[in-house]
Amino acid sequence: MVKVTFPHMGHMWLCVKAMLEYLGVAVVIPPPSSKRTLALGARYGPEFACLPLKLNLGNFIEASALGADTILMAGGCGPCRFGYYAQVEHAILRDLGYRYELVVLEPPERHVGQLLSRIKTITGNNSWKRVYRGIKLGYQKIRAVDELEREAHRLRPREIVPGSTDRAFQEALKEIERAADLEELAAARGRAGETMRSVRIEERDVLRIGIVGEIFTLLEPFANLDIERRLGRMGVEVDRSIYLSEWVNDHMLFGLIKGLRSRRDACQAARPYLKHFVGGHGQETVGSAVLYARAGYDGVIHLLPFTCMPEIVAQSILPVVSAEMDIPVLSLTVDEQTGEAGLMTRLEAFVDLLERKRARKNVEGRICFG
Amino acid sequence: MVKGYLGIDVGSVSTNLVFMDETGRIKESIYLRTQGRPIATIQAGLRQLAESLPPKVTVRGVGATGSGRHLAGVITGADIVKNEITAHAVATSTLVPGVQTIIEIGGQDSKIIILRNSLVVDFAMNTVCAAGTGSFLDQQAARLGVPIEKFGEMALLARSPVRIAGRCAVFAESDMIHKQQMGYGLSDILAGLCEALVRNYLNNVGKGKEILPPVVFQGGVAANAGMKQAFEKALGCAVTVPPYYNVMGAVGAALLAREKTARGLPSGFKGFHVAQVEFVSDGFACDGCPNSCEVVEIREERRVIARWGDRCGRWSGALVERKTAI
Repeated sequence: MVKVTFPHMGHMWLCVKAMLEYLGVAVVIPPPSSKRTLALGARYGPEFACLPLKLNLGNFIEASALGADTILMAGGCGPCRFGYYAQVEHAILRDLGYRYELVVLEPPERHVGQLLSRIKTITGNNSWKRVYRGIKLGYQKIRAVDELEREAHRLRPREIVPGSTDRAFQEALKEIERAADLEELAAARGRAGETMRSVRIEERDVLRIGIVGEIFTLLEPFANLDIERRLGRMGVEVDRSIYLSEWVNDHMLFGLIKGLRSRRDACQAARPYLKHFVGGHGQETVGSAVLYARAGYDGVIHLLPFTCMPEIVAQSILPVVSAEMDIPVLSLTVDEQTGEAGLMTRLEAFVDLLERKRARKNVEGRICFG
Repeated sequence: MVKGYLGIDVGSVSTNLVFMDETGRIKESIYLRTQGRPIATIQAGLRQLAESLPPKVTVRGVGATGSGRHLAGVITGADIVKNEITAHAVATSTLVPGVQTIIEIGGQDSKIIILRNSLVVDFAMNTVCAAGTGSFLDQQAARLGVPIEKFGEMALLARSPVRIAGRCAVFAESDMIHKQQMGYGLSDILAGLCEALVRNYLNNVGKGKEILPPVVFQGGVAANAGMKQAFEKALGCAVTVPPYYNVMGAVGAALLAREKTARGLPSGFKGFHVAQVEFVSDGFACDGCPNSCEVVEIREERRVIARWGDRCGRWSGALVERKTAI
């Protein structure tokens, strides 16, 4: 029987695992991305490739040691280089002597049937009805995890006991992970919600920062040096421009699920600055910065992997957005360096900037309105 | 009796201390080379400071900044530990009211800070490249056999600075060697190097920033008159090098300490005697997960006073109840 693995991207593993195991497919989850993963990927990946390629590669090498023999991965079609990473990584692994089968899920170009037929190569003899329920289970888990993350973002800057949100969040994630079908998941969501509500908080006047940028860097805490937790501990409430459930809805499910935030809103908001697709999430990055400014956020942090073309386009446009919408923007480039000191200096300075800006606004407000 | 505030800036290349009286006047400033031994350097700085100050001195507050700020914080018992961007901005907007752009070039980093109405509105630091920092100038001066102190005045003698590619420090060096072999004069090469560094700085650190006068140039490299002139040429406006330009971070830390203790809070300063206390810092690799975090432990006479470097908080969290401003 095949043993399927896939690269890490935040909590995505939890959802893909649920879907595949529901369909009777054996799954090997790579160990969480670590410095070892990065060292492996950097050794064998091309030097000029971006961080996601190196971490993917490291994930696959580590998963192979655990018995994985088939890679399931997303594809794409330019201008972002990620579109052919599946093939490039597969070729590198083959050169290194790893025998991996490769299944690429390209975003469906014409109809959902294409996607389904690719899924079928992995799911084998399951009935379509069961496949449907498997996908639904995976998707509902993504929704559940995203909800928990949003809640954690709200609680962290307000928690009374430092670290209590993170402990509750890990606990709640385990609840979601354990659910084997849709019925169990419904109950697990309830319990996970309870766990999050047990975190004691107090009302504080917190800063709000929107995090925008490239999807992998946004979703994978190892890649972004845990920026959401760091900001949370510094007393900042964060939101990010992309959650996995929204991305899947936009790109895999044709926006069938209603009521979710969509890339269309971001692209619409980007129009005064950037009218067309530049690959990856460049357009969404610009548009999301505009949306955060409109929503009254204190600042925006822009994350990108070093050498990421679509985000470099966005980075060169953001100063204009920042000036016109009066919202401070900090661009952070991530690469192989894992030194935290530089990141903390920038985050602290940015938070200081926002605090002082808000303090002045409050003073001016009082003067204006007596 | 003298009362005042202590500011400490522990950078990669230099460690600076200032003592500021209650009116904001700098009474003493000390500039030392860190030489990879931050603890010993902080202690040496404290010893020197204690000797040069009158015996009856009251420290009302201590502020620490720079890449070694946490270390300085736990050793002295600082009241405030702040990043160097905030510290520099506070110092400059106090000493040069109305400043709109701060160019700061230190040993291994360079930054730009944009202020409007004495409020920081934007900033950037160099990321993946160290071309255009003091270390590079140091190296090239040594290679050319020019004492770094003389670098600036020699560059000012240039009649037609040569063009040197400044994108990458390594290629800048080979470009410069080529120009030497061709027979260009030393002054013209030094001035060309300054211009290359300025171009690199403006293209990388200053990218996308609106640089408006008054422009202030500070950090160790601001001592180099050739660099100041190259900035003025590239920006087309006057560039000011303020007094205390090389200890501005420490001045900012002292000002922040004054702000922090303004409501009459007692200082956490342990006293100048910490210069004699034995501090040991030690690192170990955590074996809790594949991240193998390199945890640093600081001990004061065998008592662990701080730990950092772990991603998950397993080690630093164990000391959380005694945590100060980290």
